[in-house]
This record gives sequence, structure tokens and C-alpha cells, in this order.
Amino acid sequence: MEDIIINNLDYPILTASTFFPLAGAFIMLFLKRGPFIKWFALATTVATFIVSLPIYKHFDKTTYKMQFVEIHSWIPAWNIYYKVGVDGISVLFIILVALLSILCVSVSWKAIQTKTKEFYISLLILETAMIGIFVSLNVFLFYLFWELTLIPMFLLIGVWGGSQRIYAAVKFVLFMLAGSVLMLVGIIVLYYAGGRTFDIIELAKVNYPTGLQLWLFLAFFAAFAVKMPMFPIHTWLPDAHTEAPTAGSVILAGILLKMGAYGFLRFSFPMFPHAVKVFFIPLLVLSVTAIIYGAYVTLMQKDMKRLIAYSSVSHMGFVTLGLFTLNQNGIEGGILQMINHGVITGALFLCVGMIYERTHSRMIKDYGGLSKTVPVYIVFFSIFTLAAIGLPGMNAFIGEFLIISGAFKANMIIAAFSIIGVVLGVCYMVWLYYRVALNEINPITESSLVDLDLREIATLAPLVVLVLLIGLQPNILLSYMHVSVEHLLEQLNNSLQLESINAYDIVNLISENIW
Amino acid sequence: MDIGQFFTVTDLFGIAPEIILTVTALSVLTLEMVHIFHPRIILIVASLGLLLAGAVVIQTSGDEQILFGGMLALNQYSMFFDFLYIFIGLMTLIFSQGYLEKKGSPSRGEYPALILFAVIGMMLMTRANDLVIVFLGLELLSLSLYVLVGFLRQDHFSNESGLKYLLLGAFSTGFFLFGAAMTYGATGTTNYNGIIFAITNKTILSNIYLFMGIGLLLIGFAFKVALAPFHMWSPDVYQGAPTPVTGFLCTAPKAAGFGALIILFNRAFVEIHYQWQDIFWILSVLTMIVGNVTALVQSNVKRMLAFSSISHAGFLVMGLLILNETSISAVLFYLVVYSVINLGAFAIVTAAEKEEKGLEFEDYRGMAVQHPWLSAAMTIFMLSLAGFPPTAGFIAKYGLLSAAVAQGYIWLAVIGVLNTLISVYYYLRLVVNMYMQKEEGALIPSYNMLAIGLIGLLALLMIVLGIIPGYLLEITANAAATVS
Repeated sequence: MEDIIINNLDYPILTASTFFPLAGAFIMLFLKRGPFIKWFALATTVATFIVSLPIYKHFDKTTYKMQFVEIHSWIPAWNIYYKVGVDGISVLFIILVALLSILCVSVSWKAIQTKTKEFYISLLILETAMIGIFVSLNVFLFYLFWELTLIPMFLLIGVWGGSQRIYAAVKFVLFMLAGSVLMLVGIIVLYYAGGRTFDIIELAKVNYPTGLQLWLFLAFFAAFAVKMPMFPIHTWLPDAHTEAPTAGSVILAGILLKMGAYGFLRFSFPMFPHAVKVFFIPLLVLSVTAIIYGAYVTLMQKDMKRLIAYSSVSHMGFVTLGLFTLNQNGIEGGILQMINHGVITGALFLCVGMIYERTHSRMIKDYGGLSKTVPVYIVFFSIFTLAAIGLPGMNAFIGEFLIISGAFKANMIIAAFSIIGVVLGVCYMVWLYYRVALNEINPITESSLVDLDLREIATLAPLVVLVLLIGLQPNILLSYMHVSVEHLLEQLNNSLQLESINAYDIVNLISENIW
Repeated sequence: MDIGQFFTVTDLFGIAPEIILTVTALSVLTLEMVHIFHPRIILIVASLGLLLAGAVVIQTSGDEQILFGGMLALNQYSMFFDFLYIFIGLMTLIFSQGYLEKKGSPSRGEYPALILFAVIGMMLMTRANDLVIVFLGLELLSLSLYVLVGFLRQDHFSNESGLKYLLLGAFSTGFFLFGAAMTYGATGTTNYNGIIFAITNKTILSNIYLFMGIGLLLIGFAFKVALAPFHMWSPDVYQGAPTPVTGFLCTAPKAAGFGALIILFNRAFVEIHYQWQDIFWILSVLTMIVGNVTALVQSNVKRMLAFSSISHAGFLVMGLLILNETSISAVLFYLVVYSVINLGAFAIVTAAEKEEKGLEFEDYRGMAVQHPWLSAAMTIFMLSLAGFPPTAGFIAKYGLLSAAVAQGYIWLAVIGVLNTLISVYYYLRLVVNMYMQKEEGALIPSYNMLAIGLIGLLALLMIVLGIIPGYLLEITANAAATVS
């Protein structure tokens, strides 16, 4: 076992951080309803965060190998193991999940008044599922966590959402499932093709026939692309985001969208390199389409939450653009941008949620002159707006810069088009800021506006710190992923050299019956 | 006349569970006759009979035993099914408690007795090593069910469905019997071993007769387990039958039907099974799609569950199509999970049903507020039916899909998962109604502590089996190994 480093701490740190929230949720089942529930949920999320911190202290940045690995026999009949571990690609997401979960509890403090117990149970189960996805080293386990995110999110949207919540919730589940059931068939085929194993590391070592790779890539792509969401199948996202309660939107934008991109890095790149090589140009085009199309649609939005939701389509286009440049800059930028997007969009949803809590309106036209009525709020809102635009010194600048420089290496024309997205990004954010923060004071909502209280400031402050910290010292995060990304590219290029593929045969390969 | 020439003591020991159940059923009828006993005593006697029969099944070694001169074959496979039937019978008895009174019909001793007879019939079906015994079991099962379905004599729907079931069931019995006769005509025997012998040694009198025989037998079975296009009877019958009987109807006969079909094709017709694979493929896809698409538009929970059970039967045909050790084991696992879910779900519907209410989706609005535990259990059952991890439904589906992919049936697997996707919509509708709709005169389920506790246990079982399925997988693998 040279590819992994077994956990040498005296306790199973990854299992602990994964299942801590679930244990909390289980205990919560038997607690009495009341204000104590909130405190318990907060304590659980904070504890999870603290439990996960030693991962960063003990993480070895000089190796691409999986670390803190735990292996236990699980379903011997099908050769399934419980196997968890992290490398430089996944390690940062754990802290993001843990942090955003705390903020989600905090922002729901007053917003969620009904069925609070069920709400926090769903939230905690969701947290376990999300951490589980990033630590799984077994495809079966991965799929289990992948699907486990659906039902809590379905409930979050459907029970505590806005007026169109049921439509949005059902749409969300059906879209997600449409992708993931195809992935399930892909996983089963992979299991037999890779020698009856579900081990992600073992599966990545197998050299699959090119025809099979194309099919498997498409099967996995179905799940990842829906989750991202990539351009033509993004329509669930605005509905889900808009109708979800604030905590739901934050989790959707912050983590769930990243699962698709993470899937590309964990499965598609190492396992199906030929297919990636075949499809990367169309995927780059799709990414740029998402960037520009998403930005244009964002410009037109009248609803603040919907606006930020559509801006996610554009931002996630940048992430896929970075990943499919297939070079170090692009991929590192992509991963960094995933985190940045989680921080910034999460923060913007928090901001909108806080203001919505007061006025019960998400319409831009109901606001104006907030800089005079709620100055503290506007300080935060300005910081996050600037960050979203990609102001140098803030985190998104680094991410976008890396992505675009990677894109120029990969394909000039496509990279040039992506710049349009950056410009449009400035337009919609500044225009939103102008209409909401500046302008005349709008009498409709003026009376109900109160400035942020201490809890809300405490909720937003960590994100401000992250925005500036990553913006000024990106190496804090980038240093974690360097070696892993290098190894990933090595894997990709090595297997491509073994056998060269004529891209014009794609059609033949796909239509030919691989069985 | 020497009775010993017909059977031996070993034979009698082999059918001890059947004997015990028969005695119990008859004594239940007798108890009813003398009018001294409380209905609860009758229930306890019937349950004890079932438990005793289960205990006897445990005592048997599980080695392959051929009884009554090749009529019955006992092995781990039949033991597995015996347990399943006893479990289903027991659950049905408990969940039916108080239901008949609630529907304004006097509690009667025939009810438990008929369930016991049905269990005996099913046991014979999976123990059979001869078409005649399968037929006997099938008839015993069907006759009991005809009466059970029409048990609410004051209720029009119940009467209608009883009659419908009787007429169509009689048809299917005719098909089955005719198929058995044709097979006999072709091979000169109804015994499985004899049929194998005839087929392998090519001593078949007429290939056409054999082909028609198998086809007719298949149609007979397809009626009983409701495969499209022979499923037309099932929604009406399921809807009209007393709810606990519906729960029984969509679990037990399906298990018995598939159990008997697997033996039939894996023993008697194993050499020519490959010729039937296309037919099974079509049956499977058609049943899945018809069941699912029709379930989408139902507004009645019982009808929805009826159509969903049709689509699940389509899924199970996958296992019949592949028919190797893995797939048989997967079918057995699926049957257990599926039975547990349906028993639980119908138990909740039974509890919720009140006069004319409690059967439509709308009636479940806002149930989660007043009955969080019951709603949570129902949600687990629905998610499990839809095959969401980490419930047992996912493991069951995964087993079948995996067996299909291993044999190269990738497109069948894709059709299967896409059907799962469709099914999620109607399963979630119930969850949506329970959790997300405002309540309007929320249901007041009639509480029965024992039943509620059991529902909770069944729901918990679905989660536990979804996370650690290893133990049950081992049992089903062993059972499957004895027939292949």
C-alpha cells in the first residue's frame, strides 16, 4: 500500500468529522422542542469544525498520497470497503463545509420559526453527507453520500422554502436523480471493468479501453454536469436557490455545486483520460457559454436571490473552464475558485437572507439607499460585491486570474471569450449594488429595516476574513493542492502517451457497440 | 392397506410446518364456532401457530431433502421462503387487528384461518418439485385470497374486487393447468427432475407442446404476480380489498410466484431458459414502464402502491432473465426488502384509514405535524421503495442492477434506473403531502401500540439493512446456492 498513508493519529479523525453531525442529529431526535435545539445544533457544528481542524495541522503538503486513510471491511459479499482519506484536492472542502454549516445554523436562528427540530436535523444530516463525499475513497460509499444529500436538501427547500417551494424541491430532486442514476449504472460498469473493486485509487490505475472510457465519462458526466450545473441543464438551479431558505441556498451554492466539479477531478480525470482529451474542447465551449449566457441572464433579474443564483451559473462556468484547461494553473485556479465561490456566493446569499428576514421582499425595486438606512450591513455587502467582481486583493481575483491564464495556454479564442464574462460580472454586480445600496431611499421597505445585530455580524465576519486572507495570501490554500494537482496531471498525461487517439474517430467509437 | 407404501415418517416430518398450520387454522375455526373466545384470543392462537411453524422450520437442517417420492424438495431456498411467508402472515395478522371492526364488519375467525391457509399454499409452491404440487399450492393460496379480498361484505368495492379477482384468477389457473398438461404431453412427466431428464436426453415428444406448455405456465404465473400485460386485475383488486389484505396481497403471492418461477426455470427448464430470455426482457421492461407511468397519475394511495408493486415486479423479472446465483440471491434480497416496505406502508395506511378518508394523497396533508414518527416511518418506506441510499431499497436495486450489468444487460439496467427516476416522483408525492402541505383536517390514525411499535421496527430495519446488509446478503446467497 504505497499510495496511501494510513491515519497515524490516535483517533479516526476523518470518520469523526464525518459522522459527528449525524450523531448530533440522532441525539436531537430525542430532545424536546424548544430554544435549546438551536444551541445544540450550533454546538454540534462548532464541535465538528474543531474536530476537523487537526487535519490541517497534520496534513503533509509534500505528497500527493491519500492521507489519514482508514479502511474497514463493510460488505464483503460485494468487495466493498469503508475507506476514507483526503488529498490536496479534497482537504480544503472539509473546512469549507464545516465553516458554512456553522454559519447556516447561525443565520437560521430567527428565520426558521416552524419545525425547528426537523430543520436542524436535516441540516446536520446534510453536513455529514457533504463531508462524506469529499473523504470517500470507495465509489460505493461516495455514491451513498452523494444520494444522501438529496433528501435533506429536498426537505429544506420543500418545507421551509418560499411560495413555489414544492415545485422547486421536486424539480431539484428529479434533476439530481436523473444524473445520478446514470452514474450508478456507470459505477456498476466500472466495478466490473476495473476488476471487481470499488476502490477509487485502484480504479484509477486501470487503463480502460477508449470506447468504454467515452461511455463511462458520459455516464459520470450526467451526474456531475447536473450538479455543477453546466449550461443546458442549469434550469433547476434558479428555482432551487430562490425558493430555498437562506441556509439552503448557502449550502447549495457553497458545497453542493462543488460536488460536480470535485467529481470531475476525482473520477473523470484520473480514470477516463482519453475521454477527457476527446471531450475537453466541447466542454470548454460549454463552460464559456455558461459564463456569458449566465452573466447575460443575471443582468435581467429582478429578484435578488435569483440574480445571485444565475451569477452562480456564470461563476461555475469559470470553474469548469479552469478544470478543462488541463494545466496546472487552470486546475488550481478552478479548485481555488470553487472555494472562493462558496465563500462569496454563500456570503451574498446570507446578506440577501438577512435583509429578506426584515422586509420579506427579495425584489430589487423594493430597495434603495440602504447605505443610509443600514450602514453596517452595506459595509459587508460592499466587500462581498467587490469580491464577486474580482477586485485585486480579494479572493476571486486570484482564482479568475489563474483560470484565465490557464485558459490562454489551452485555447486562445475560448479564453478571450471568457473575458466577456468578467466584464459582464462587473456590470450586474455594480448595477445591483447601485440599485440596492445607493439611489434614493425606498419608502416601501424603509420602515422595516434595522441594522445588523451582533449575531449577524459574527456570521458574516469569518467570510470577510477569508475573502481578504485568500486574496492577499493565496498560497495558504494553493500550497495544499500543488502536489496533488501535479500528480493528477501526471496521471492524465502518462496514460495519454501510452496510446494516442484520433479525435476524428470519436463518432465511430461512440456508435460502435462496446460490448 | 398399508399406508407406509405412500409415505414415510421422514416425509411427515418434512411437512410438519404445514401440518401445524393446518391444525392451527382448523382450531381457529373451531374456536370461532363455539363463540366463547375474545377475538384477541383467536389472533394469539393463530400467531402462536405461525411462530411454532417457524420454530419447526428452524429445526430442519437445511440439507437437500426429497420427500413424497420426488413431490417436494426441501432445502435452504425453501426454508428461506417459509420464513418469509410466516413473517408476512404474522405481520398481516397483527396489522389487521381492529381493522374489520373499524370498517363495520364483525371480527371473524375465518380471517386468520384463511391467512394461515394462504401461507400453507405458498409454502407448497416453493417446496414443490412437481408441477402438480405447484398447482395445489397456487390454488390453496388463490382460494384463500378470493375470500379475503371480498371479506368486507357490506362494502361494494370489496365485493367487486373479490368477484373480479375470482373470475380473472380462474382464467389464469386455467392457463397454468393447461400449460402443465402441455408440458406433461411433451415430456411425459410433471416432475421437475423428469422434465430435466427428458430435455437433456432429447426424449421430448414434441417441441411445440413444450414451448406452448412453458408459455402457458408463464402466463399463469404472470397473472398471479401481475406482470404487464397481465396486470389489469391488480389495481382494482388492490384498491377494493381490505387494506391489510392488500398488504398481504402485494407481498406474499408475489414472493411465492417468483420463488416458484425461479425453481421452475432454474430446475425444470434450465436447459432451455436461454430461449426465453427475450420474452423475459420484454416482460421486464413492459412491466416496469406500464407500472410506473400509470402510478404517476393515481390519486389514491392504495392504487399508487398497487401500480408501484407492478413496476417492482418488472424489476424482479430482471433476476429471472439473468437467472444465475447472483441474480437469484438479489431477487431473494429484493423480495425481503420489498415485503417489509409494503407491509409497513400498508400498515400505516390501515391505521390512517377512517371510513371513506385516509386513502387519497390529499388526506395525508400535514400529517407530519401531528404524527412525526409515523410520517417519518412512511417517508423511510417511500424512500426505500424509490431506492434511495442509505435504505435497504437501494441495496436491493443495486444487487439486481449489478447482476444485470455483469451479464452485459447494460441497456436493461439503464431502463431500470430511468424507471426508478420516474417512480421517485410519485413516492415523493406522499412525502410532499405529509411534510409540505398545509394541514386540512389532518388524519387521526387509530393507534394500536403493538402495530405502531412494529411499524417503527420495520422502518428501522430498512435503515439498518441499508447500512449493514452483509448478514442478509449471506443468507440469500446461501439460499440461492442451493437451487443453482
